[in-house]
Amino acid sequence: MIDPTVVELSRLQFASTALYHFIFVPLTLGLVWILFIMESVYVITGKPIYKEMTQFWGKLFGINFALGVTTGITMEFQFGTNWAYYSHYVGDIFGAPLAIEALMAFFLESTMFGLFFFGWNRLSKGGHLAVTGLLALGTNLSAILILIANGWMQDPVGAVFNPITMRMELTDFAALIFNTGAQAKFVHTVAAGYVAGALFVLGISAWYLLKGRHLEFARRSFRIAASFGLIGIMGVIFMGDESGYHVAQTQKSKLAAVEAMWETEPAPASFNIIAGINEAEQKNDWSLQVPQLLGMIATRSTTEVLPGIREIRETNQERVKSGIEAIIALEVMRKNPADEAAKATFEKHRQDMGYGLLVQRYSPDVRQATPEMIAQAAHDTVPKVAPMFWSFRIMVGLGVMMLGLFAFAFYSGIRGTIQKNTLFLKACLWSIPLPWMAIMIGWFVAEYGRQPWTVFDMLPTYLSASSLSVASLLGSIAGFVGFYTLLLIVEMYLMFKYARLGPAVLKQDNA
Amino acid sequence: MLDYMTLKLIWWLLVGVLLIGFAIMDGHDMGVGTLLPVLGKDDTDRRVMINTIAPHWDGNQVWFITAGGAIFAAWPFVYATAFSGLYWALLLVLFALFFRPVGFEYRSKLPNPAWRKSWDWGIFAGSAIPALVFGVAFGNLFLGLPFYLDDTMRSFYTGSFWALLNPFALLFGAISLTLLTLQGATFLSHRTEGDLQARAKKAASIATVVLLVAFSIAGFWVSRIDGYVIQSIPDVGTTLNPLMKEVTRAPGAWFANYNAMPILWLVPALAYIGGALVLACLRSGKTLIAFVGSSLACVSVILTAGIALFPFVLPSSELPKASLTAWDATSSHMTLNVMLWVALIFTPIVVAYTGWAYRVMSGKVTRDFIVKNDKALY
Repeated sequence: MIDPTVVELSRLQFASTALYHFIFVPLTLGLVWILFIMESVYVITGKPIYKEMTQFWGKLFGINFALGVTTGITMEFQFGTNWAYYSHYVGDIFGAPLAIEALMAFFLESTMFGLFFFGWNRLSKGGHLAVTGLLALGTNLSAILILIANGWMQDPVGAVFNPITMRMELTDFAALIFNTGAQAKFVHTVAAGYVAGALFVLGISAWYLLKGRHLEFARRSFRIAASFGLIGIMGVIFMGDESGYHVAQTQKSKLAAVEAMWETEPAPASFNIIAGINEAEQKNDWSLQVPQLLGMIATRSTTEVLPGIREIRETNQERVKSGIEAIIALEVMRKNPADEAAKATFEKHRQDMGYGLLVQRYSPDVRQATPEMIAQAAHDTVPKVAPMFWSFRIMVGLGVMMLGLFAFAFYSGIRGTIQKNTLFLKACLWSIPLPWMAIMIGWFVAEYGRQPWTVFDMLPTYLSASSLSVASLLGSIAGFVGFYTLLLIVEMYLMFKYARLGPAVLKQDNA
Repeated sequence: MLDYMTLKLIWWLLVGVLLIGFAIMDGHDMGVGTLLPVLGKDDTDRRVMINTIAPHWDGNQVWFITAGGAIFAAWPFVYATAFSGLYWALLLVLFALFFRPVGFEYRSKLPNPAWRKSWDWGIFAGSAIPALVFGVAFGNLFLGLPFYLDDTMRSFYTGSFWALLNPFALLFGAISLTLLTLQGATFLSHRTEGDLQARAKKAASIATVVLLVAFSIAGFWVSRIDGYVIQSIPDVGTTLNPLMKEVTRAPGAWFANYNAMPILWLVPALAYIGGALVLACLRSGKTLIAFVGSSLACVSVILTAGIALFPFVLPSSELPKASLTAWDATSSHMTLNVMLWVALIFTPIVVAYTGWAYRVMSGKVTRDFIVKNDKALY
């Protein structure tokens, strides 16, 4: 039987390695387009300062990219090392976007990465710009395929269970690739990366302006970052809404938890701005509400009813019972493939099989499941409310703050008053961590909000982990966290050093 | 759509192509990294070596990533069983690989000699350790891995990491390490000049001899151990799971494919031809052909092992019938078909722009070039 500690530790390891990876990814996604914009201006106008800008911000891009690659290698193999049963159960579908990502996107960005740095004197101006463009394209294509993979875990379309191989198998490749939830998540995620890249350039440029150094260089960088960041943050907010709409359609449990909506309300449901969440009694002790707002945003209608947490759990109790029927029928079918009655029962209940698997956490033999176990399994189908509710609100709050910041930065850029407002420049500098905070919290909402599933409605997290020992997990977590932290310290040291040196670092005689 | 059996066979070949691509491309980077402390007498020498691969190491590393992704998509049973079973071996490879991107990118960002020296050792470890472990893993495949599958297809590994480090498997590790070192040495012979080039040529000659000797010993040793044989299996053109066949072990069975089709002996013979090409061309200064020769050796060594094992991919010593094979460890008919199209479309594109990148960056890397472009290079 699976050791619950191994499952929890595997989750911890995946969460830490994925979040470490995502320290570096957003900056890559955003900064690469800023490099492309700067170099395009250089190619069009011929002004050397834009080449200098491309090369200097490119140095910082490279320092960041190296750790993105390092931490990314782990991700390609970690499903196999730590989530072996997941890999077996859905590899037929989930493996495809990962392999396509490597072949279509990762090769492109990695090959162009080398030419970007070492091709300046060997390529024509236009040739080098094309390399930078392909580098940007590669990084962003990479993100879309990863988001397709993740989108499938959130909304598993185009797959059917095969009793011979005991796994889900692909039935509709187009449904996997053109999953609408994945598209919305992709734009939301890359746009968040654009914001990270923009705020990085904006903040460091603000620092140069405050110090009165590299003024011409900093002003131009600041303006480009302000415009790009403003577009980025608007994209994030717009597509966040789109993504939320999709969640309301496909993951009612996540939505209900995010909104602390315990009871089903008549449509359109009201929106809790803040609330005192009482998990034990399944209610809010108090709340500040806007009537009708949630229903309008989440369903884009005034008539569609959103189920509350209590109702979701009650409905899911029936699904758990139905899922148990499917599992029992499957066992009979596997012993005797000719048993038509078992086949018919399985067909009838197969949609709920994942819910039957949930109860295996409490009773490996589903026949022995008691009503309490079934109730507990149904209870598990909604994640804890308070972490979801508050983290979502912090993410949105950070997004609104950044919208204000970029709008003002853009406005001062147009007015030519950037340097006058030192307080605002300081705010830009100190705001550099904000996109990262919002991004990490966003991933938390998406992934913690999917619990207890690795693949929504289909495969419980509990069953997904590899059969490893607690000692192995403790050792590997220590190894990853130790290694990554060490490398992160080195990276930050170089990043600060090179950012402080500024564009002078490109000059041959300067150490 | 091609029939299922043909697709299963094609995917066995395609995984082979990816492993060969990895050995030729990432292999020469790892070879350069392994030779870094051996051939690089001073900082400038080491920078020359690193800068021969500087524009390419990242793209080449994707062969490794793609091999991982392709095994996930085409052989999910293998991906799940091998990587969770060989947990610490794979983590050792990953931890070692961590040093490469940062080593290349950060090493020359500061002039401090201690800083640079540390990263040089990091690059060495990130190159030599994976090169060694890959061979050790392959060697253990010939012995069978201690794993079994339960009724729900969950895999359990019953062995330990230390048991992987047996003399037989270590011999395979020595072969893979020598093979990739040779690949790096012929590459350096082509892309450097002067004293460094002379040292690289010498290293290539030594590696060729060691490789061919070790390869021959391994072949003899394999003939003395038990191989795995499928006794019965349902129609391989249908959907199967690994527990539906019967498998036994028999002495010398790893030679069965060669005995059944003697033309296959040409594959191991190619390693000796490649080696001879390396030795001859290094002497006459045709360094590019020497690189082709060592690449042929990569093709030969990997295919020789693959053909011997075929159709086995992951033989199980614990429960032989649970062995994973090219017939029953694959993904569904549809996934194999879709992924074949993806591979057919994108692999030529990847090869084309990789070739273009090498053409753009072609020519010797010299000490003079490093000194003049101190800030712009690794």
